[in-house]
Amino acid sequence: MSFSQQAPERVATYETVQASREFGQLNRRFRNFAAPAVTGVLCWYFLFVILATFFPDLMAVSVFGKLNLGLCLGLLQFVSTFAVTTWYLRWARSSFDPMVDRLRERLEHGGVR
Amino acid sequence: MTVVALPATAALPVHAAPAATIGDPVVNIAVFAVFITMTLWIAVRVSGNNSTASDYFAAGRTITGRQNGIAIAGDYLSAASFLGIAGVIALYGYDGFLYSIGFLVGWVIVLILVAEPLRNTGRYTLADVLAYRLRRGPVRTAAAVSTLVISLFYLLAQMAGAGALVSLLLGVSSEVGQNLTILTIGLLMTFYVLVGGMKGTTWVQIVKAVLLMMAAAVVTIWVLGLARFNIFDLFSDAAAKSASGDAVLRPGLLYGGGLISKINFVSLSISLVLGTAGLPHVLMRLYTVPNARAARASVAWATWIMGLFYLCTVVLGFGAMWLVGSGQIAAVPGKANAAVPLLAFKLGGTLLLAAVAAVAFATILAVVAGLVLSASASFAHDIYANVIKKGNLEHHDEVRVARYTAVGIGLAAILGGIYAKNQNVAFLVSLAFAVAASANLPTILYSLYWSRFTSRGALWSIYGGLISSITLIALSPVISGKTDARTGESLSMITDPGVNFAVFPLENPGIVSIPLAFFLGWLGSVTTREQVDPARFARLQVRSLTAFGTVKAARR
Repeated sequence: MSFSQQAPERVATYETVQASREFGQLNRRFRNFAAPAVTGVLCWYFLFVILATFFPDLMAVSVFGKLNLGLCLGLLQFVSTFAVTTWYLRWARSSFDPMVDRLRERLEHGGVR
Repeated sequence: MTVVALPATAALPVHAAPAATIGDPVVNIAVFAVFITMTLWIAVRVSGNNSTASDYFAAGRTITGRQNGIAIAGDYLSAASFLGIAGVIALYGYDGFLYSIGFLVGWVIVLILVAEPLRNTGRYTLADVLAYRLRRGPVRTAAAVSTLVISLFYLLAQMAGAGALVSLLLGVSSEVGQNLTILTIGLLMTFYVLVGGMKGTTWVQIVKAVLLMMAAAVVTIWVLGLARFNIFDLFSDAAAKSASGDAVLRPGLLYGGGLISKINFVSLSISLVLGTAGLPHVLMRLYTVPNARAARASVAWATWIMGLFYLCTVVLGFGAMWLVGSGQIAAVPGKANAAVPLLAFKLGGTLLLAAVAAVAFATILAVVAGLVLSASASFAHDIYANVIKKGNLEHHDEVRVARYTAVGIGLAAILGGIYAKNQNVAFLVSLAFAVAASANLPTILYSLYWSRFTSRGALWSIYGGLISSITLIALSPVISGKTDARTGESLSMITDPGVNFAVFPLENPGIVSIPLAFFLGWLGSVTTREQVDPARFARLQVRSLTAFGTVKAARR
């Protein structure tokens, strides 16, 4: 088992951790990344879906030879998915993980402020 | 097994050719037998003793991020992806491309919002996470019910797809022969799950994913080579060969009909992009790795692999349009699903066809094994161990019950597959995505991120999403009342054109049921007097972000 699910004596500790300044910062930092990133990806995806569904003539506009706007935007969806994935991995490794490690270190060796 | 229910107006004229098989069935069967022997050997070899629940359900959490990423791709890329999407592209061009985009973009939600918190707070199933802060019994039961329903729909689609593929590739066209094939596939995958548990199933997924990528890559490079490695040449040659001309390069051939057809496509797109993060068999894989960072890595690996794969399907689809031609594809049994096998036969003859056919079967087999495992884990861990026994049991009891359940689900899938093999299997996969997005996703997001979410909100959202999506499907043209405008033939599951209770015009319920489930989750929470336990939310939130309180897994 990787952890004990029942740990009632811990519950109070979790609340103090949740209320601590460090945890608040961590939580805010995560949400400040995650909310705009996910919203952005979904808006960009639905923009593409709406364009493809309701404006097929616009999508047929040629960009280069047979390569039309629709194919370009479709390929860009792949590019943006790969880009956000890479961006998130980088952000997590450089900005989020160290903060989690610091917080955990402190939690395991005494209190938080 | 394509994910698309083709609208009547877009159906191509089919001058039904006699059911012909392509290639040499003996070679096809031989290659397939080699694959089965190899995977069985692997499943037995790697499985170990599998006596504890952690071994059986989560491979002892010993899978690395990269291995798990490949296995996730193996679990997710069903035959619907390999044969279905390429086939739709071969017949309708651009509109098939839209599917692969929805399937891929959904992974961003899994990566950023779901994977790490889920790994940090759960043990084996989705219900673990919900039970963390909500009323355990009822919420666990609800989550297990939705897991079982989603898995069953997904299973039926795969089994039925297997039956359809058989008639084309193995030359088995008799009723009895097809049923025997479904029986064989069902027994095999149940055996993988019984013996191999999560570890054995994981390695079957990995082998399958590697073979699938290799097959896709070989055919893709071959097609590109014939097009002088110029993708624009491929597009123009394919368009020139198609009856629809340049229209295959722009959206609208499949979903350009009326307003209803367009809204239907938007609905499908919503289901695809939001459904991924609620698929139980994929989420269960996140528990097989040692920690949240490995879960993150595995989703990232899976995204890369699947992205490359979907790019290959574009080439496969346009390649089939160019080299095989939509007339021939529409004339063989299996229609769109046959595009890739036909293309392989055209390029590499009997041997390449046999290889591609074996990969397609492997794909079905592996996906089915993953589904059976997640459904049986959910029953054994959520309903039996935690609701019926209330947690008072030995861990090997849980595994024993899971094995019995796997046999039961295997039998249900075999029977269902035999019954459904002649049905329109298309809707089963898209229904599974719509149900997953409606019943699971709102509850997952609310319980991880919303402090005021309550048990009643969860129950309303899960059951509301489940019931509304299934009811709307039952009342849709998928089930009754859809006829071919030209021939008057029924295109619905109920083939009697006289029966028509399709009062809901869309084939995919997502545009209604997903927002409804989100709304119900909110409404159920804000209108109840039930007290939210701040301590439990604190525990969930702290653990989900920091893994604090979980025993550190061995660092690798």
